[in-house]
Amino acid sequence: MDLAAVILVEIVYAIASLVLISAGLAIVFGMMKVINLAHGEFMMLGGYVTITAVKAGVNIFLAMILIAPLVVGAIGLIVERLVIRHLYGRLVDTMLATWGLSLFFVGGVTMIFGNTTTGISTPIPGFPIGGYQVNGYNFFIILVSIILVIAMYAVLKGTRIGLIARGTMQRADMAAALGYSPDRVYMATFFVGSALSGLAGAVLAPLVGLVPSSGGAYIAKAFITVIAGGPALVAGLLSSAGFFGLVNQAFAFALSPVVGEVALLISAVILLRVLPQGITTRFFRGRL
Amino acid sequence: MTINRRAFLSASAALAGTMAVPRLGAAADTIKLGSILDTSGIFDAYGKPMDMAMRLAVKEINDAGGLNGQQIEIVSYDTQSDMALYTQFGQQLVRRDKADIVHGGILSASREAIRQTMRKAKTLYFYNVLYEGGVCDRNIFINGVTPAQQVEALVPFAMERAGGNKVYILAADYNYGQITANWIQKYVEENGGEVVAVDFFPLDVADFGSTIAKIQGAAPDLVIAPLVGGAHLSFFRQWAAAGMKDKIPLASTTMGVGNEHKVLTPEEGNGIMVAYNYSQELDTPANKAFKEAWAEAYGDSSAIHEIAVSNYQGVKMWAEAVKKAGSTDRDAVIAALETGLSIDGPAGTVTVDPKTHHATLDVHLMVVEDQGMNVVETLPQRPPIDTQAVCDLVANPDDNKQYEIKI
Amino acid sequence: MRGNQWREYLWIVAVGVALIVALPSAIDTYTLTVLLVYAMLGLSLGLIWGFGGILCFGQAAFFGLGAYAYAISAINFGESTIPMLIAIIVPAAFAAILGAMMFYGRLADVYLGVITLVVTLIFYRFMNSTAGPEYMIGSARLGGFNGIPGFQTLNVPGYPDFYVWGDSLYYVVAVALLLVFLLVTWLLGSSFGRIAVGIRESETRMSLMGYDVRARKTVLFTVGAAIAGLSGAFFANWAEIVTPGLFSLPQSAEIIIWCIVGGLGTRIGPMVGAAGLSYLKFLLGQQSLVDNTLITGLILVLFVLFLPRGLVPAIVSVAGRVLTRRNRPSRRLRVRRAANG
Repeated sequence: MDLAAVILVEIVYAIASLVLISAGLAIVFGMMKVINLAHGEFMMLGGYVTITAVKAGVNIFLAMILIAPLVVGAIGLIVERLVIRHLYGRLVDTMLATWGLSLFFVGGVTMIFGNTTTGISTPIPGFPIGGYQVNGYNFFIILVSIILVIAMYAVLKGTRIGLIARGTMQRADMAAALGYSPDRVYMATFFVGSALSGLAGAVLAPLVGLVPSSGGAYIAKAFITVIAGGPALVAGLLSSAGFFGLVNQAFAFALSPVVGEVALLISAVILLRVLPQGITTRFFRGRL
Repeated sequence: MTINRRAFLSASAALAGTMAVPRLGAAADTIKLGSILDTSGIFDAYGKPMDMAMRLAVKEINDAGGLNGQQIEIVSYDTQSDMALYTQFGQQLVRRDKADIVHGGILSASREAIRQTMRKAKTLYFYNVLYEGGVCDRNIFINGVTPAQQVEALVPFAMERAGGNKVYILAADYNYGQITANWIQKYVEENGGEVVAVDFFPLDVADFGSTIAKIQGAAPDLVIAPLVGGAHLSFFRQWAAAGMKDKIPLASTTMGVGNEHKVLTPEEGNGIMVAYNYSQELDTPANKAFKEAWAEAYGDSSAIHEIAVSNYQGVKMWAEAVKKAGSTDRDAVIAALETGLSIDGPAGTVTVDPKTHHATLDVHLMVVEDQGMNVVETLPQRPPIDTQAVCDLVANPDDNKQYEIKI
Repeated sequence: MRGNQWREYLWIVAVGVALIVALPSAIDTYTLTVLLVYAMLGLSLGLIWGFGGILCFGQAAFFGLGAYAYAISAINFGESTIPMLIAIIVPAAFAAILGAMMFYGRLADVYLGVITLVVTLIFYRFMNSTAGPEYMIGSARLGGFNGIPGFQTLNVPGYPDFYVWGDSLYYVVAVALLLVFLLVTWLLGSSFGRIAVGIRESETRMSLMGYDVRARKTVLFTVGAAIAGLSGAFFANWAEIVTPGLFSLPQSAEIIIWCIVGGLGTRIGPMVGAAGLSYLKFLLGQQSLVDNTLITGLILVLFVLFLPRGLVPAIVSVAGRVLTRRNRPSRRLRVRRAANG
């Protein structure tokens, strides 16, 4: 019974962390059709910002929730102005340019911080469920992703800004004709996407040993989750993260974490073969 | 089309031009020491201090008048944590640079990538890293600790401190981890214990949540974790975050080799039991002098780690042999080393084991305390018993393979 | 048309042989060998991406598969001739299955990219977790992260003791590359190649014209994988060790970067990109001032922004403009010509 509860927590946690990892990429890809392969590096930067801030004496929650997203968002803004802006509508080129950016960031961070593993400890202690000790921080991550999903949905569905953003993504020319500059909308969207990547990296930082190449571990997972999710932003993100998180943890518990990872990858191949345009082309159609 | 080819030709000519940069200071009467290490890329946390240690050793030798009146010239290559570049630069060292000696290689894969090249070219090769043991080749000398040297000492120590005999093993899923896990199993059983489970993790696994739950299900008295690299460091983090650290004690044969214990906070690292040849906290005059020399050369001695010291001791060992042989000739140096040559390094006495070309050295049992490794007990002069069981270069000088040591 | 074609082959052979003879005096042969191996790998992706429009993120999978297939079979056979063939057949067969699965499922662009990427990652993960003694194929241990060292390297067919290594390995690889280049030239000149380019331009148009787009893409994909497999086998022979790093994400990335920098839609571009950038990497390995990853990244970003068609087409178009100043072809034509150069 206790074990079942622990497994349940781990599954929910796996889904939540997939949502967190993929949210930034989902916004940038789902809304702008830009595949940001530097997404993992934005997360890595978020982690480094958090660690630097905490070591400078800032409160850890402040560093994670506020400082890291803002700093990484600002970096994203610079990247958008300098590089991405010139490449809208050229899917493959944006992929390659952001791939280059990811290498650039890895190299740059290596030069600044060195290639040694850094990290901070988790601010929340573990606690027992029956005879088992669980990581209290997992609940924090679950909480953050729930808030994140609700916020994304509320902003896109309920606010004027969300409406303008969605409109611009569908028909940039019409939005422009109505007086909204697509350029500014894209810029803002990319800022939000990068900030979310920074948030994800920051929140996950206390759980991992951070190195400049850490981003590589996330990008494939995020990429797969977003593509498999399909066109509906929030529903796609939730359904594919739910599916992959479940598959991953089920196999991880039954066999080993490696089998879990491989099972995730194989299920991604099968899923894309069956639903080539993603889950939300068949289910949850027309949802957000 | 023609333009195309012309452009290609001139491009290759331009490339060729950059290649022909003359090498400076290549006077005929220097000894060339080739060094081949990952000083960038994901393994540079290991490689950079090793490079610094090598330069420090060479500088000390040169300042003291060189070897047999000759100065040492360093030819070093950064392999960027890319195995293909080991082959490339290994070839370059023996063919173009004609190095007299090559020190280097970090991962076992990198050693195997250049070992045959060195052997074919009859260039003496020193591999100065803690590794899984079993290499048997007359052309190579190894100054790192092997599993049996370490594990034989660590297991009883950790089991006694843990006060129980059920052991859970978490190992990195590659050659080193597999072999070390076997040795741990053997010594746990010899000491009257029981291994409840062995789990292997590829080097890029960073999420140990399910594993930590599984360990709790098995309820061992001790966890021994030969985990390697940045991703695996997450285990120690998540273990502490789950509040397990004070419930089940931890031991490791690898944590700290790249100064990982300085990355973990005291709350995460305190109490982890390890066994190595070197610790910065080693309280000996030799270590004090070494740390001072390092601080003088690089400003700060905190970067020193286990395999940096191995590399330093390796260079010093080779230098001693060259002095004894009176030349850098490969066979003369090998003969000098095979007399059972011995030096006093920062980590204590290191002696060549003539049968295996491995090293007999001191192993210190330590406990991590406030980001340092406090020495609890020193076991002097442990021979490489694992490799000795399979390798005898005195009887078979032509042997050339890495044995899988049967336990 | 026929005459032209023959003249082109003759030109290629003449220039190729001249280069093979001339290059060793500029660069050491052990470096050249691996540059040519990478050039062949670049050519394989250049063929399927540049001419077939298939953006494969996993060309490294076929490269690695070729290298592993060679290493494993060389240990089992103790002679190199059959293993060389196996190293071509295994990746090709795998590509045929994977390609059929993707193309008959009408997967395209990003989705195809994801699948090939994921397949590469699966290989990487799997090979990395094979350190245990239970992973054996015949008498070859897969070795996990450390890879497989110590296999039989290339020998004169039928004589396992006569090794082809050092300078002779260079000449073998160079001639093989020349042959592959001729093969690719022939393929692109044939109706198959022209239809492939047609499919790249518009899949719908070609299928409306009655061509079986799915089958043709699968065949092209398979040919590319076979070439990548051959280059993998040569790489194994040069490095004398194969490791899971061959399947890694950076390796796949590098191949794509070579094509972009050299120039897509050309045969020479990806080869120049591959050899040039790898050579740059070697040179950078001898300095420690600037991080090498940073430079690679910067090169890629700058090329995508300022020279998206790559080096070779850019040089060709500049040269073309200079040479034909009087009779200036339209921009469209120039692009088309660059694409076929």
